[in-house]
Amino acid sequence: MKLTKLLSGSAIGLAMIMSTTSANAAGDLTVVSWGGAYTKSQVEAYHKPFIEKTGVNIKSEDYNGGIAEIKAQVEAGNVTWDIVDVELSDAIRACDEGLLETIDHSTLPAGANGKPATEDFLPGTLYDCAVANIVWSTIFAYDKSKTPNGPKTMADFFDAAKFPGKRGLRKGAKVNLEFALMADGVAAKDVYDVLATPEGVDRAFAKLDTIKGDVVWWEAGAQPPQMLADGEVSYTTAYNGRIFNAVAGEGKPFEIVWDGQVWDLDLWVIPKGAKNKDTALDFLKFSTSTEQLAAQASYISYGPARASSSPLVGKFHNADIDMGPQMPTNPANLTNAVQNNFEFWADNADQLNERFNAWLAQ
Amino acid sequence: MGKKMSDTAVNNMGTQAQKLAAENNPLITADGIPLKQKLAKTTRKMKMRALLLTMPLVLFIIVSFVIPIGQMLHRGFYNPAVSNVMPNFSIAIKDWDETTGEMPSDEILKVFVEDLALARKNREVGKTVGNMATRINYELPGSRSLFTKTARRADKITEGPYLDELIAIDKKWDNHNLWRTVKRASNDYTISFFLAALDLKYDENGEISRADPLYQIYVPILMKTLMLSALITFLCFLIAYPVSYLLSTLPLRTSNLLMILVLLPFWTSLLVRTSAWIAMLQTEGIINDIMVYLGIIGDDGRIQMIYNQTGTVISMVHILLPFMILPLYSVMKTIPPSYMRAAKSMGATNSYAFRKVYFPQTIPGIAAGTLLVFILAIGYYITPALVGGSDGIFISNLIADHIRKTLNWSLGSALAAILLVVVLIFYWMYNRLVGVDKLKFG
Amino acid sequence: MSAQIILTDEQKYHTNLGLAALVASTVLFAIFTGSIAGTIGFFLIFGIPFFAMNRLPAYATIKDKVSKYIFMTICTLIFIFLITPILIIIPLSFNAEPYFTFTEGMLNLEANAYSNRWYADIFRFGMTDPDGTENWWSDMWNNATWVNAARNSFFIAICATILATTFGTLAALGLSRPEMPFRAQITSLLISPMIVPLVITATGMFFFFAQKGIFPFFPESLANTYTGLVLAHATLGVPFVIITVTATLSGFDRSLIRASQGMGATGWTTFRRVIMPLITPGMISGALFAFITSFDEVVAVIFLADVDQRTIPRQMFSGLREQISPTILAVATILVLISIALLTTLELLRRRSERLRGLSPG
Repeated sequence: MKLTKLLSGSAIGLAMIMSTTSANAAGDLTVVSWGGAYTKSQVEAYHKPFIEKTGVNIKSEDYNGGIAEIKAQVEAGNVTWDIVDVELSDAIRACDEGLLETIDHSTLPAGANGKPATEDFLPGTLYDCAVANIVWSTIFAYDKSKTPNGPKTMADFFDAAKFPGKRGLRKGAKVNLEFALMADGVAAKDVYDVLATPEGVDRAFAKLDTIKGDVVWWEAGAQPPQMLADGEVSYTTAYNGRIFNAVAGEGKPFEIVWDGQVWDLDLWVIPKGAKNKDTALDFLKFSTSTEQLAAQASYISYGPARASSSPLVGKFHNADIDMGPQMPTNPANLTNAVQNNFEFWADNADQLNERFNAWLAQ
Repeated sequence: MGKKMSDTAVNNMGTQAQKLAAENNPLITADGIPLKQKLAKTTRKMKMRALLLTMPLVLFIIVSFVIPIGQMLHRGFYNPAVSNVMPNFSIAIKDWDETTGEMPSDEILKVFVEDLALARKNREVGKTVGNMATRINYELPGSRSLFTKTARRADKITEGPYLDELIAIDKKWDNHNLWRTVKRASNDYTISFFLAALDLKYDENGEISRADPLYQIYVPILMKTLMLSALITFLCFLIAYPVSYLLSTLPLRTSNLLMILVLLPFWTSLLVRTSAWIAMLQTEGIINDIMVYLGIIGDDGRIQMIYNQTGTVISMVHILLPFMILPLYSVMKTIPPSYMRAAKSMGATNSYAFRKVYFPQTIPGIAAGTLLVFILAIGYYITPALVGGSDGIFISNLIADHIRKTLNWSLGSALAAILLVVVLIFYWMYNRLVGVDKLKFG
Repeated sequence: MSAQIILTDEQKYHTNLGLAALVASTVLFAIFTGSIAGTIGFFLIFGIPFFAMNRLPAYATIKDKVSKYIFMTICTLIFIFLITPILIIIPLSFNAEPYFTFTEGMLNLEANAYSNRWYADIFRFGMTDPDGTENWWSDMWNNATWVNAARNSFFIAICATILATTFGTLAALGLSRPEMPFRAQITSLLISPMIVPLVITATGMFFFFAQKGIFPFFPESLANTYTGLVLAHATLGVPFVIITVTATLSGFDRSLIRASQGMGATGWTTFRRVIMPLITPGMISGALFAFITSFDEVVAVIFLADVDQRTIPRQMFSGLREQISPTILAVATILVLISIALLTTLELLRRRSERLRGLSPG
């Protein structure tokens, strides 16, 4: 039949088209990160110099966090991701479940000042399967051209009477509960102690209740600056680097409020059985060296995980802005701040997210 | 029509032949076999041939559809995380009688500590302490770090009493319910995930009880899914009925033309229609713009019509409408207009004639349309995920969350099993009331 | 005869009255709102039912006419509801601004408010160097995100269609034989992929394909492979093929087969010369259904595919979730045009099939 001939002919043709694309899969290093301004900073500071140095081609992919893909790939024995940028609690859980390659810390390059890596990296940034590259933070921000006298504290952010308007929050229990408690007057150092009690959880949700009707929920890091720019929300929580880059890179009139920030680490991990494991390890060592970490800090306002990188941090790459004060770890920004407690979230994320979802659906 | 006639003809021939065969001497065919036998053989052969034609597809569907779903259902009951990680302990703990109120014996705890120390060294996927800790944490939230922490120190414990040693690491080990939970979880087959999917749990005393209302999510969302699906089905029916009636009464040429307006949405990608509704309904969108323009609402009083239940309902009605119109239309087309005219000529009012003559004849189409729309609506995922915001989500969204995000695959599977049962009940009803062979498009 | 003429006059009178009312209310509307677009809309909504009212029988009363007019207005509104969302995206996709709505300039038909930049974006987005001239075509073909998605979509859909149509047609031939045993049970089994929620099917396949060596001839797992997606989409397309082909066969006169065999044709010749030409239209429409099912499908792709296998709907899904841009509307417009083409093909086939079947007696 003509039809069958036509169909099989087009199938063969398509198969040939496809084969030309899949050819580039082998040998390329697949680096997975959070997309947008953040991935861009990594491309500038890590990928480009690495490609230049080694000649290895890098394929950059975006994801929205979590370990679902890593788990699925490792369990299927078909690991297409070589190195992934993850949050600390995810790194710990994935490592606990045997989904990651272990990394020998003694093989990491020494700092530019000659200090061995294990001493040069900030305390709590090296783990069995993960090496931190940056310190980032969830903060809240607003558009000061629309709200000149904007909120100053976390309590203001939760005060819908004083500051009417829509608010953007990340969809999920993590960080929001901490914010809610701090807004309700819990001191930063006590947040996780309070949250560990049932009354503390109730208190956090009660505080969230007060703004529930005004919340627009976001999921990807690129959304909050977009939502602020579009006027969809008046205030939003966000990753500090995304807001900074919208200000420094695109001239947006956004203001970051550091009060009540929750800071966290991003770490490189290598999924177990990665196809280019050795190249991935090379990339990991290269990108977490003193110079590269310092270079990244000139593209986005995330703090380097090595002590020796800090003195090298200068100005934003294309504007006269000192990067030091923009970092989450800058002392002035840490006056009322919490470090994300990965152990607490490893224990309680399932239950609290269930409650969060139940609360959302009410 | 032709098929039916030839069917009855064949059947008649068959029964007549049988009658003859029974009454007289058996009829013999040319090759000497009794006709009855020969007929039976031919029928069997034809049956086999028909069956054989369907076999490749049946096998394909079994392999690519039935087995995967079956495996997934199994996963809802089966979770060997604990016995994978601690094989000796999961056997030893069976000897402990938790009803006595005593803690597990020192021998059992010795096995526990040894297994834990061994497991700590294991980095094999699915067999690490982390896997076990995650599994138990589902039933006893907050216990995850207890296991990972204890595992790190398990090889330091060399002699008993083991319970005291464990308590020295963390006071939480001195808890009867913790050990009961561990024993329950060391069983490979469990109903815990189905309980969780029904907002039930084992309480402190090991009894099944309802979850704290603040943590109840699955039953309320399942109910909401059913309610919203019913609402969507009802709205589809309200909208589809007049249109189908119009289409069935117009001359064929016009109705075919208008049918394209129905079929075009049907053939347009779900994602296209969903993005179109986002453009229409968002606060800065077309409908709000028109209302502001007409002065119905002020510019600051724009209505939130999307990223909530309203958005889900409106877009899903639009998306599922063709599934209601098509069956209604095909039934209405067969109703002769003379029936209504006859009723009216005998003095019935319009509405009386409609209620008593026309409407009853459309019931088969209504049954087909409503059941189909309802079945399809219950399982929707994409549209609620994109336009449902936080309160317009369906049970499918929670299933996808557990499979893709929280990685509680057993709970996701248990939820999927419950949803599947609901859908199959309605599918069975559809089969009984309408017949699956009545499904048609266009 | 004379009575009829009088009644027709009365009808004419009513028609003129109605027309006058329509024109008057449109003029009033125009005066009050002062908007051209609004007035045209008003006239269309209330005018179409008026002109579409087919001649009522001579004995129709005014009440009949009014209720008919109301009925027609409701139907017009429903058709508008059905078709507007699909048509509205076409002009919106030519928006010069990055918004999902009409701008002032667009409504005033200013030329510079319209632009085809989002169509250009389909090709440029994801390219390494969209403004470079060197290797522009190969860059676009290999790197542009939407182009890759389109290639994946077509490849997967065509393979799945061939699979589903071949198996589906064979099975439909068996199912439509009068002697088919267990017809009801087997039909409900084969239709069930359409009924079972996609999330359940996708979850099952996600676990199933992740295992290694499920197929003896294929040692690797099928997770994140084209093969896995093609199998999944073929499964989902099967019910549509079964339904369409059995529908064609239900009007099929089986005595034609007996006639052909009576004249000495072999089984194969009968199939080729008698059955095939009669079921081809049904088969093609079944294939079109299978194609569009795969082409539109997104849930299975979310669960079973990696970034490498992203299809157009998958790309739209993440676009809608994360960063809404009119590029999605440009893609949507192209998809609508494809649907129109498919629908036209289907309509032509249906007519052909009716003509062919009209030839056979019974």
